[in-house]
Amino acid sequence: MSEFAYGGEVRDMPDPDHCSDADWTGYVFNRSGIAAVKREWWCHIASGYWFIAERDTARDIVIDTYSVDKLRPDVRP
Amino acid sequence: MMYRLPPVPGEWIDRTRRLDFTFEGRRCAGYAGDTISSALAAGGEMILGRSFKYHRPRGILSFANHDVNALFQVGALPNVRGDVVALEAGMDVAAVNTFGGLQHDRARWMDSISRFLPVGFYYKAFHSKRLFPRWERMIRRMSGLGRLPLDAPRVRTPKRYAFCDVLVIGGGTSGVTAALHAADQGSKVLLVEESPYLVAAADLNARAHAHPNIEVLCGSYAAGIYADNWVALIELQRMTKVRAGRIVLATGAIEQPAVFRNNDLPGVLLVSAAQRLLKRHAIAAGKSVAVLALTRSGYEAALELLDQKVTVTHVIDPRVDADGNLAEILKARGVIVLAQHGVHDAQADSAGCLQSITVRTAAASELRIECDALLMNGGWAPATQLLLQAGGKVEFDPAVQMHVPSILPAGMQIVGRAKGEFASAAPPPQASPVKTGEGAGTLVHEAGASVPSLAQRRKDRMGAPFAFAADPRGKDFIDFDEDLQVKDLEHAVQEGFDSIELLKRYTTVGMGPSQGKHSNVNAARVLARVRGLPVNAVGLTTARPMYHPVPMKHLAGRGFAPERATPIEARHRAANAVWMLAGNWRRPEYYSLNNNPREHHIAGEVAAVRQAAGLIDVGTLGKIEIHGPDAGEFLDRAYCGRYSDLPTGMTRYALMLDESGTIVDDGVVSRLDVNCFYFTTTTGGSATVYRELLRLNALWGLNCSLVNVTGHRAAFNLAGPRSRDVLSRLTSADLSDGGFPYLGARAATVAGVEVRLLRVGFVGELGYEIHVPYSAAVSVWDALVRAGANVGLRLFGVEAQRLLRLEKGHFIIGQDTDGLTNPLEAQAGWAVKMQKPFFIGQRSLRILAKRGPRQLLVGFEIAERMPALRECHLIIEGDDIGGRVTSVAYSVTLGKTIGLAMVKPPLAVIGTKLEIRLTDGAMVQGVVCPTPFYDRENKRQKLEGAT
Repeated sequence: MSEFAYGGEVRDMPDPDHCSDADWTGYVFNRSGIAAVKREWWCHIASGYWFIAERDTARDIVIDTYSVDKLRPDVRP
Repeated sequence: MMYRLPPVPGEWIDRTRRLDFTFEGRRCAGYAGDTISSALAAGGEMILGRSFKYHRPRGILSFANHDVNALFQVGALPNVRGDVVALEAGMDVAAVNTFGGLQHDRARWMDSISRFLPVGFYYKAFHSKRLFPRWERMIRRMSGLGRLPLDAPRVRTPKRYAFCDVLVIGGGTSGVTAALHAADQGSKVLLVEESPYLVAAADLNARAHAHPNIEVLCGSYAAGIYADNWVALIELQRMTKVRAGRIVLATGAIEQPAVFRNNDLPGVLLVSAAQRLLKRHAIAAGKSVAVLALTRSGYEAALELLDQKVTVTHVIDPRVDADGNLAEILKARGVIVLAQHGVHDAQADSAGCLQSITVRTAAASELRIECDALLMNGGWAPATQLLLQAGGKVEFDPAVQMHVPSILPAGMQIVGRAKGEFASAAPPPQASPVKTGEGAGTLVHEAGASVPSLAQRRKDRMGAPFAFAADPRGKDFIDFDEDLQVKDLEHAVQEGFDSIELLKRYTTVGMGPSQGKHSNVNAARVLARVRGLPVNAVGLTTARPMYHPVPMKHLAGRGFAPERATPIEARHRAANAVWMLAGNWRRPEYYSLNNNPREHHIAGEVAAVRQAAGLIDVGTLGKIEIHGPDAGEFLDRAYCGRYSDLPTGMTRYALMLDESGTIVDDGVVSRLDVNCFYFTTTTGGSATVYRELLRLNALWGLNCSLVNVTGHRAAFNLAGPRSRDVLSRLTSADLSDGGFPYLGARAATVAGVEVRLLRVGFVGELGYEIHVPYSAAVSVWDALVRAGANVGLRLFGVEAQRLLRLEKGHFIIGQDTDGLTNPLEAQAGWAVKMQKPFFIGQRSLRILAKRGPRQLLVGFEIAERMPALRECHLIIEGDDIGGRVTSVAYSVTLGKTIGLAMVKPPLAVIGTKLEIRLTDGAMVQGVVCPTPFYDRENKRQKLEGAT
């Protein structure tokens, strides 16, 4: 039983109506595997609450967590 | 020969409780509190096992859980560690790795041919593929330790979870002191000790046991440290998984053997082993004892033995600056102290046990000493294995000839001998010269973790120069597990395996059951000598988990795959359901009414649905409600279809894609109210779909909220031409076509229960999905069954439903589609509203539409029964694969075999003949045909044709 579920890195979606096919394909299929401090989606499973965690993937240390509201302007469609 | 002494103060044995057991078929006895090895030693047994490769006689070496040549078969249990496992009455003990018993091991001859078994022998001799199977059989018979009887009883060991502020690993002086210190400051402490008792001074032990903040766990070792201070603690019959706020390593130091010819004879043992035998079990190491001392611990042990009236004749000290005071004390008690002398050779008696040693000075003058025990101390190696596992680092400090910690991981401290600090009376160390891992923060610093200063270490004088007296005749063992001699390592280096990692893999040094605890340091020293490098330049191999070999029973988990059952479970069982697993749900595959075969029952269920009425439990579907002014907008974005314009009281099919345009789920959306929708997901997808929808809701920030009611509601599908008759007997709701049209959704009272009714057509007949509160599910089910009794209503299972939907040409996600199928390829473009402003997968679908389909899902039929034709059979086009069958079944209704296949676009034209290859290679031919196979105009589900 796990308490939290990982939801992938937070990625900025390009404007689907104005980006090129190549840009869109890159957004859908390419992920950065570089170890760094990343913004990640995490879900507290029991409550269904999604939040953002900033995690250093090189050391597996969570640096900060915050509500999705703080992100929304730059990632929502 | 070892023997039992009169009572020694503080001994662990209970002399009033005698335990009888057998060893190699002979009767033996020990006391409660003895280990297997100590009981044997007290009885004068010097040879406890045979070595791994050369089958040389071996005895006690470390008496500290590293005696891998004293492993025993105890009844059905193989490889029991005699040095630590408590003796029990009635034990049937035998040495492992012998052929015909310990004394007369038929593999003794291996020792005499050892020079024909050079290092890397297997690599050099067994590279022929043709001969290998023969060699393999022989090697497998010769190697290996105990035997596991195949009928051994299955043993389950419990797992326990524990939490603590501070986990202290090691119950010696420094561990107990650290535990008391942390507990006094209010921390909840778990103190773990491998021995059956704490091993610090008696007053410290008593304080630890009495302290309310300390839990003491003896007889348990920390096998591994994993992420976030998660530590596995192994006891004989239990594993504890502990999550610790901080870890204090007080793991002590492991004494290292000296290197000389025949340093493995029974009777040659580590100084600390003799001390443990003496103090815990009142056993004298021998009748005439010599000590090879490279640190003061050899002198101290000699004094302790003398105090118990054991004869100690010689102390041999190779150092120039011997421990003067201690030497004078020993001399005064009649012991001969040979300074600047080294042991070069040991000789065995006819039984193979130590008889005498040869001692030399630097000037090569030789002296022979008769003795039946030689205690050797070749220095100490801090037990840093757990530190290394946790990401710490060690460096060889030439000043003290030890690998000492240089970098500590965050949240970890190391105290006492484990960090090279021996003087127990030493003042607390000052400012920390040790580098801590990044992020270690104040945790390490606040408890004053540090390594002692160089001056302090030198004052300790516990570092020993390399006691090394290689002999051209060999048998100067570096690794006692794997029978590796000095020349084996030298040859490996000469053959080019000259880094510590290569040396380990080629020679297997440190790869035996003791994992190099007595060999890694000496192997690094030999490598450094041969290469002419300082020891710190050759490095040390990484110690990986587990710290000790752990019995498989501790690692074997119990499968924990909980299954879900709907509220109708008991009714299904009463109706003789044959069960299958769908996702994690238990569902009836079909109902077995009598002894007829499976197909008979399924065909009967299908016929009932087509001709009268059937009832299936579909409560396993995911069920979600969404409320709020933006609920329609949310569904428009999450699904391919349009729902914001769905009239209240109507339903619509819903197809969900991922960002790449691949189909991931489907269901039915019904609008209950302007601001409320109720929708279903597939059985297997409910949890993941719900979680992803929650994420999208958080991301988009629309004014709506989702509730998962999967477990809150049961659901049934009542289908068949007589379904309206059945339902009308239980409700006053208007079921007429005008009042409740196809694809309608209604709130209604059925059998006195408030339910949601959805008119759906999944199986291709007039039908109603009835969504019922969980608590009322059984009463509604029973009412439906009773109401349908006289029209021939039958319960039907998943198999019948699969066939019914196949007759209608509906695909099942995950069976007829895979991880690459988009809706254009699945011929579900009708469910996709591309003109919407945005939905998940829309942008990718635009690209896919331009590219055109790479495969298409089509229906095909074959006139005959095809029992050998299965899902996954390939469609062959010329010499190439043209596609695959995704669903296939014989339809009794239609009198032919029907199926769905994913094929290359040119094969998707109606009338194309598909060549399908069966498992046995035979080919059959199917013809591409339009779907649905049954009721092509979909009249029956809409009403027309319903009676």
